[in-house]
Amino acid sequence: MEKWNESDLLREVINLARKVRERMGRKIKLMEVCGTHTMVISKSGIRALFADSIELLSGPGCPVCVTDQRDIDRVIFFARKKGLTISTFGDMIKVPGSFSSLEKERAKGANVEVFYSPLDSLKYAEKHPEREVVFIGVGFETTAPIVSHSILLAKEWGIKNFSVLSLHKTLPPAMRVLLDDPELSLDGLILPGHVCTITGRKAFDFVARDFNLPSCISGFEPEDVIEAIGMVLLQILKGAPEVQIGYRRLVKEEGNVKAQKMIEEVFEPCSVSWRGFGEIPESGLSIREEYADYDASRKFELPAIEMVERKNGCICGEIIKGKKKPPECKLFEKVCNPSEPYGPCMVSQEGACSAYYHFGV
Amino acid sequence: MEDLILLSHGDGGLLTHNLIEKYFVPHIGNPLLESMDDATSVILRGKRVLITTDSYVVDPIFFPGGDIGKLSVYGTVNDLSVSGAKPLYIAASFIIEEGLPLSTLERVVISMSEACREAKVQIVAGDTKVVGKNQADKIFITTTGVGVQMEGVKLGKNLIKPGDEVIVNGPIGNHGLCILLNRGNFSFKSNIKSDCAPLNSIIERILMEFGEGIKYMRDLTRGGLATCLKEIANSSGIIDIFLEEEKIPVEKEVRGVCEILGLDPLYLANEGKFVIFVESSLSKDLLDFMKNGLNLNWASVIGIVKEGRGDLFMRTQIGGTRRLNMLSGNPLPRIC
Repeated sequence: MEKWNESDLLREVINLARKVRERMGRKIKLMEVCGTHTMVISKSGIRALFADSIELLSGPGCPVCVTDQRDIDRVIFFARKKGLTISTFGDMIKVPGSFSSLEKERAKGANVEVFYSPLDSLKYAEKHPEREVVFIGVGFETTAPIVSHSILLAKEWGIKNFSVLSLHKTLPPAMRVLLDDPELSLDGLILPGHVCTITGRKAFDFVARDFNLPSCISGFEPEDVIEAIGMVLLQILKGAPEVQIGYRRLVKEEGNVKAQKMIEEVFEPCSVSWRGFGEIPESGLSIREEYADYDASRKFELPAIEMVERKNGCICGEIIKGKKKPPECKLFEKVCNPSEPYGPCMVSQEGACSAYYHFGV
Repeated sequence: MEDLILLSHGDGGLLTHNLIEKYFVPHIGNPLLESMDDATSVILRGKRVLITTDSYVVDPIFFPGGDIGKLSVYGTVNDLSVSGAKPLYIAASFIIEEGLPLSTLERVVISMSEACREAKVQIVAGDTKVVGKNQADKIFITTTGVGVQMEGVKLGKNLIKPGDEVIVNGPIGNHGLCILLNRGNFSFKSNIKSDCAPLNSIIERILMEFGEGIKYMRDLTRGGLATCLKEIANSSGIIDIFLEEEKIPVEKEVRGVCEILGLDPLYLANEGKFVIFVESSLSKDLLDFMKNGLNLNWASVIGIVKEGRGDLFMRTQIGGTRRLNMLSGNPLPRIC
């Protein structure tokens, strides 16, 4: 393991990046998979600091952004049902569906509550037994355990008016599809520290083994990301790709086994559609039969939803796959902004468009 | 579908701006209104008088560090003060929901009277209306304030010049975060208090001491520090403002909670903070006066004005530079 001199970390990694760039004769193309990394990179100015030698692309790591249009529409249909309370993370409120958004439905009288945790939503359900509370479960391996926990608690406490609409996804299957794309031609990956805390390093072994790509699991301080970039650069120099752990404080080889068990108890893998990607087998988490009472998609009937093709020019699908950057979208900043978003990447705090909009880079 | 008012129309950001431009200015606009400052300056019988008005709908109505009553007095006092006026009189209107305990109402009114005493203003006109259950939430208060312009004071966005420095009087973000944490949907314990406070005596002393060296002031309410400074740069169009991230005061606990919740203190509301644009030659003395003369230990020179095109930039702690935009898409309504 290379040791960086902490006070000079930034300077050393910038120099290393220039050296690698010179050797390759072109800019180095790295992807940060995680939405929180996208935000840290923009906010701290890392993207700008490395601009002359590294192109940092954002990947499919923002859960709201990768949620399929049809799923957003389903959520909006739920919001229109009488007697139902939609409870959700705040990021979902403004995401535009094909014909409306939760924010607009709320203005028309729908009951929409914002929570920071599904457990708060469960407590809300306990306090309001006259309402059916549906929690919109969005997120990767990081949020799935706590949603799982809320379902287990609901069962234990005998709360019958709480259910979850699971839109949960797991990252590795989508990463495989992404890396299979010959157009992308990445030189390395900054892997998501929070997801890997749960899944363990092993779950991402395929990145080096099957795709021969350098990568490093990074933490979320600017220094963590800079260090991870440095570790990937060294792998590129040596021509020896591996999945390194930069976020040693939390990420272990096997991950958090307890959290993994909790996910397995309540959820099972299913095929699910991702924005920009389409259907990816085994990449979703659906609620197991034993917990059907807490599965909103089984508990409530919904009309079949026609997929309405949105032709507003939004390129979120391309941005999620790292093929385009937000400023390449003709809507970006001109008509699309976080107050009047045209697509989810501008809504979610972790979305690439939102990060570019708020932090200018 | 007809367009409806969304909660975002009230967040003080882009949609609020559009609402005012499209639905108010065309019908009731006039040169005085269109200055769009915290308070408007009019001449009454030869005296320069400033007028401002604000409605308070904060939820919850009692929160650590303050309540809707204090807020309704201090908010209006502060709008007058940063505009260079000595606040004198306030008119207050109450919209009260059926079923509100009278003891709650009295608590709010007592709090207002204490706030008036502290800020040395008087409530000289008032009105009460009661609406049915669920037609308002507990109590909404509108206050209108008038004050007279202080002698020897000249403030205006147009007076800001490249080279001027920007000072803030204390740590930012407390009010917005405090309100968020005290909403029912949240099981998160903290000691964070609102910074809700009157600024008139501090501002009076600063203006008396530094007179025309002070170019412009603004209080940092909805939208926080970043939105306020971006608006100032934007409306000038010929200056940029450069902030130093490490100079911006934020309490440790506020920073920590913001990190956990993914919030940015630069965009959180304040109710007792303001920025001063001051000539660079006076900046050191002013900071010294604020720290030692006024006990504002957290006061800090946070940035500098340069020639530019209306942008706000910040040098980050690791040395990168990024552009800051106005608040947009705030998920939290009813903070003040």
